[in-house]
Amino acid sequence: MTTPSSSPINAAPATRERDRYEIAHLKLVPKRHIGRTISAAVVIILLLALIRAFSVGQIEWSYVRDFLFAPVILQGLINTLIMTVAAMAIGIVLGVLSAVMRISGNPVLSWISVGYVWIFRGAPALLQLMLWFNLALIFPTLGIPGLFEFRTVDIMTPFVAAMLGLGISQGAYTSEVVRSGLLSVDSGQYEAARTIGMTQMKMLRRIVLPQAMRVMVPPIGNEVIGMVKLTSLASVIQFTEILHNAQVIYYANTRVLELLLVASFWYLVVVTILSVGQQRIERYFGRGSKSIRASV
Amino acid sequence: MSKDILVKAIDVSKKFDAFQALDKVNMEVARGEVACIIGPSGSGKSTFLRCINLLERMDGGAIWVNDELMGYRRDGNNLHELSDAEISRQRRRIGMVFQRFNLFPHKTAVENIFEGPVQVLGENPKEARDHALSLLERVGLADKANHYPSELSGGQQQRVAIARAMGMRPELILFDEPTSALDPELVSEVLDVMRNLASSGMTMIVVTHELGFARNVANTVTFMETGKVVETGPASQVLTTPASARTAEFIRAVHN
Repeated sequence: MTTPSSSPINAAPATRERDRYEIAHLKLVPKRHIGRTISAAVVIILLLALIRAFSVGQIEWSYVRDFLFAPVILQGLINTLIMTVAAMAIGIVLGVLSAVMRISGNPVLSWISVGYVWIFRGAPALLQLMLWFNLALIFPTLGIPGLFEFRTVDIMTPFVAAMLGLGISQGAYTSEVVRSGLLSVDSGQYEAARTIGMTQMKMLRRIVLPQAMRVMVPPIGNEVIGMVKLTSLASVIQFTEILHNAQVIYYANTRVLELLLVASFWYLVVVTILSVGQQRIERYFGRGSKSIRASV
Repeated sequence: MSKDILVKAIDVSKKFDAFQALDKVNMEVARGEVACIIGPSGSGKSTFLRCINLLERMDGGAIWVNDELMGYRRDGNNLHELSDAEISRQRRRIGMVFQRFNLFPHKTAVENIFEGPVQVLGENPKEARDHALSLLERVGLADKANHYPSELSGGQQQRVAIARAMGMRPELILFDEPTSALDPELVSEVLDVMRNLASSGMTMIVVTHELGFARNVANTVTFMETGKVVETGPASQVLTTPASARTAEFIRAVHN
């Protein structure tokens, strides 16, 4: 190995030795991924079959095209979005409130929170929606006797009933998300906030919740996306969201599948936009954090 | 000349379930003094420190800071527990530096410092920011003002934490093993800042294992073990000619 190459007898083996390590000029043949090629081919064949099935199936694509931007459908879409925002706003407010009450150390507040989560997570959202909508059956009027009073049927419109039903049951789930977020913040952060003289509320608002958001945003984003689709339950109590309006049309023209496709197209559009928005929010609340920064 | 006593603790006791963490601890710290508390782990030093600013509730005894009883209001023969807001007000004048820094990770160095002055003391944001920047300069980190804690070394984070405590213009700063979580080569930069702070006249209570710092900077040194004060006195006396055999043994063990 270490023989000096100046010796003529050993010159040839030394050159051969050097050639062995001279590989820069060789051609690189990439590894063959046979499994990937085969699976991609299978998927493409299945997709083509699916496309063919839909094109020869009993679908009148012209109906899908005509109703995609129909005013009734677009109005339904807007109502779906309004309901998503309203119900989610109630859900987040109740969720934060309930989670803070739970960890407050005040036994009364803590038990109220536990009871709330227990009851409203314990019944299906659809059932809760129907309970609110039919409230007039047990309480014909609402209000404070002597001060003001309303007929329940006037207040409990499909919109209000759906908003309360979806929002309050959502709050019970969001409460647990917020609580896990609060628990994820290191106890040293609570102590540091106290030593600079912060009160409990200020500590939560300025120090703890902003850090908890990093943990809370992905599941809450998930819940918002879930809520977009959950609002379709409101069609049962005659709220004119997109699925309800699609149904109204297909009851008249019997193009059931065409209109369901129209509705699913819009749900997909909304969910796609929300997913992109979620990534941006995650990036914002991840500021100062190494793990998030590295992945951006 | 009688000393101006800033911190006075009388018979402070604390139990964690069956474990007696503090057993009638008495201590006095004069204004402008540096008091070091040394002792083996589990001796109650940190617990005592945390009782001073009410991070820990004591079961018995009392602590006065600047002649104000911590955690209670005296009304004739009654002691009333203070509300959340009143306790927060008492804590404002007492800074604290933690072993694990506890900087706010979602705020930059300078934001960490002016958060308290703006949010708690209601200072003008512009002036608070300028003050925060001057404090960063004092701890030698003027160029790191807009860095997040995750972008700073342990020593730098701890110096920002000291600046954060100073930002509240406290009368007293508590240090809970401020160099114990640092890599050895980063210890001296933090001790330098603390030495600087001591010479500016800040009253400091420092729980530490750095006997060199205690010898050079502290006015008094207190040795604690199993929740009790074993010995307390001038730094040179306790560290070189301790009265108690246990103190001498501990000092020898740390030096080796």
